[in-house]
Amino acid sequence: MNRRTRLMVPAVLLVALISLAGCKKKSEPNLTPAETAPATAAPEPTAQITAKPSSISAGDQVVLSWKTVDATDVSIDGIGKVPTTGVQTVTPSESTTYHLVAHGDGGTAEASARVVVSTPPAVAVPTNTMTAEEEFKANVQDIFYDYDTYDIRSDAQSTLSHDASYLASHPSIKVVIGGYCDERGSDEYNLALGQNRADAAKNALVTAGIAADRIRVISYGKEKPFCSESTEECWQQNRRAGFSMDQK
Amino acid sequence: MHGMRLGYRFTVPALALLTILAALPLRAQDWVRTGTNLGNEKIRLAAADFKPVSADPQTPTLKAAFDATLYSDLGNAGIFDLVSKSFAPQAAPGTPQEVSLAQWAAAPANAAMLAFGSLSVANGRVVVNGWLFDTRNTANPQVLGKQYNENATEDMARTIAHRFADEIIYRLGGGINGIAETKIYFISSRSGSKEVWVMDYDGQNQHQITHLGSISISPRISPDNSRIAFASLGSEGWAIRMYSLELGRMVRFPGGAAGGSNQSPAWTPDGNRVAFSSSRSGDPEIWIADLNGGNLRRVTYFAGPDVSPTWNPKTGTQLAWVSGRTGLPQIYIMDQEGANIQRMTDGGYAVSPSWSPSGQFLTFSWNRKYGPGAPGGQDIYVMDIASKRWLQLTHDAGSNDFPSWSPDGRHIVFQRQVGGHTEIWSMLADGTEQIPLTQAGTNMMPNWSWK
Repeated sequence: MNRRTRLMVPAVLLVALISLAGCKKKSEPNLTPAETAPATAAPEPTAQITAKPSSISAGDQVVLSWKTVDATDVSIDGIGKVPTTGVQTVTPSESTTYHLVAHGDGGTAEASARVVVSTPPAVAVPTNTMTAEEEFKANVQDIFYDYDTYDIRSDAQSTLSHDASYLASHPSIKVVIGGYCDERGSDEYNLALGQNRADAAKNALVTAGIAADRIRVISYGKEKPFCSESTEECWQQNRRAGFSMDQK
Repeated sequence: MHGMRLGYRFTVPALALLTILAALPLRAQDWVRTGTNLGNEKIRLAAADFKPVSADPQTPTLKAAFDATLYSDLGNAGIFDLVSKSFAPQAAPGTPQEVSLAQWAAAPANAAMLAFGSLSVANGRVVVNGWLFDTRNTANPQVLGKQYNENATEDMARTIAHRFADEIIYRLGGGINGIAETKIYFISSRSGSKEVWVMDYDGQNQHQITHLGSISISPRISPDNSRIAFASLGSEGWAIRMYSLELGRMVRFPGGAAGGSNQSPAWTPDGNRVAFSSSRSGDPEIWIADLNGGNLRRVTYFAGPDVSPTWNPKTGTQLAWVSGRTGLPQIYIMDQEGANIQRMTDGGYAVSPSWSPSGQFLTFSWNRKYGPGAPGGQDIYVMDIASKRWLQLTHDAGSNDFPSWSPDGRHIVFQRQVGGHTEIWSMLADGTEQIPLTQAGTNMMPNWSWK
């Protein structure tokens, strides 16, 4: 449900942007003849309005700016009478279309700008756009092993300390560590080796202060490889301890 | 009496193998070609097509299945010089009265022994009469005479052939039971997940046993053929699980699940205990438990993987297993208390031991040049435990693992991966007569039944 609304916002935005851009392009050529044409007959007025930014969180400000030509009486829905050209700051609490009507001697022109307000109307934290899972993945990274060993490599030490600090600051998160091996060698031996790898990663986290009961360990041996090529690159990819959130 | 005398004339292959190993220089690198009965002549045996003696429309089908199975079983036994069917005299004898021994004893058949008989189908039953005759003992030629009466199905025609073949092999093979009625348990992913399957020893009659939908590995059949122990992945890791072939369903094995990795079960020869690898103490070690989960105790105490135990089937008091305590996995043996540890392999990557029924040999998978960037071959080896002399059985053919001895000690079944395909193969214990038993999908980790 949540994911769907999140997906819809950019879609609506895109439509709004396209229509705004369309407005601008269309109205500009009209300006030139209006300014240069002799005023023998009252010319038809032109109007344009923009809202920046066009997408906000509730409580944020939007700058409306508009410009009309050959208009005498200009109003914006929800705001009322405004100068023929002007700038105004608004704070819409929900998505709003600012509809401008410009009356002139030669007729009437209209223009609109849409502002999309995202809900919930709360203080938007940038991480809110990531799921907890994505945030976990971005902060708790897998570590890799040399062939046929379960020693924590020096490059894995720094990864693990970063992993541990994230877990320390998110005490409600539980972790599953999967132990993985490359395709070479025996299934049974690799299952035991994968267990040693996952346990080594667990022990490193526990040493770094993470409670052991937050960590579950499963060896996948060579049963669930990340890639299947018989190359050193792929073998390295598969010799790992993989971290994921424990949803159990 | 006559049969027994013959039995002694033809050396038990295990002894022959020992002779070969003893003659080899330690760490031989060369290809070594040997025969199972090196130094002994194999018995020249003919198996006549059986005579159809009924008009039932099922007769030709069942007879074809019977003839083909009997011929293949006798060939697979590894102790006969089997007479080619094209050398057989024209007329198929159905009874002792119809047989002309002189014809079979003469060229081109030159048979020393002849198996023959008749097959008939009536009222949904198939009846087979089979004889084994010594062609050179015209006064008293009969070594064996058997009658079988079973449901008239192709499966039962094959089963009868297996039984008759095993009788012949027992008589002429030094009193060791044949393996034609044995089964091979294995893992196949044909159904979409890795499940336990079973097939006849010759690859016939393959069918699925478990339907767990998880990943199941390392099936081991109990010595009495009543249960299969294996390892299966669950939410808490790997657990040793049991399937009862008598009840046709899973049964409890308390002690087999403790979180982490519990895997690679091994039955004692009396079927009362199971050894397996468990990481419950924080490191994969060898543990032993009774069938009811009682008397659970840890046997090994070394950092690093300890896995893949196998009992000495002769004594039931010793184990071989794989340990990574020094880095790359090596084969070790110890007694069941964890004492008297001996390292058997001198390097490389050695895994998956299986202890021979005689107690004399280990077979295992060994990659002697395993290392980063080293292509190396993972091949099946046999080692004489007393001398640590070894013999390489597979050469230059894929990656070979999980060898398992047949109960007669003359055969080894194993998995061979070539490219992305893993299939199950069998061979004689000297590496000859390598034949694939499976063809479809991924098939692995074969385990030969104890009888």
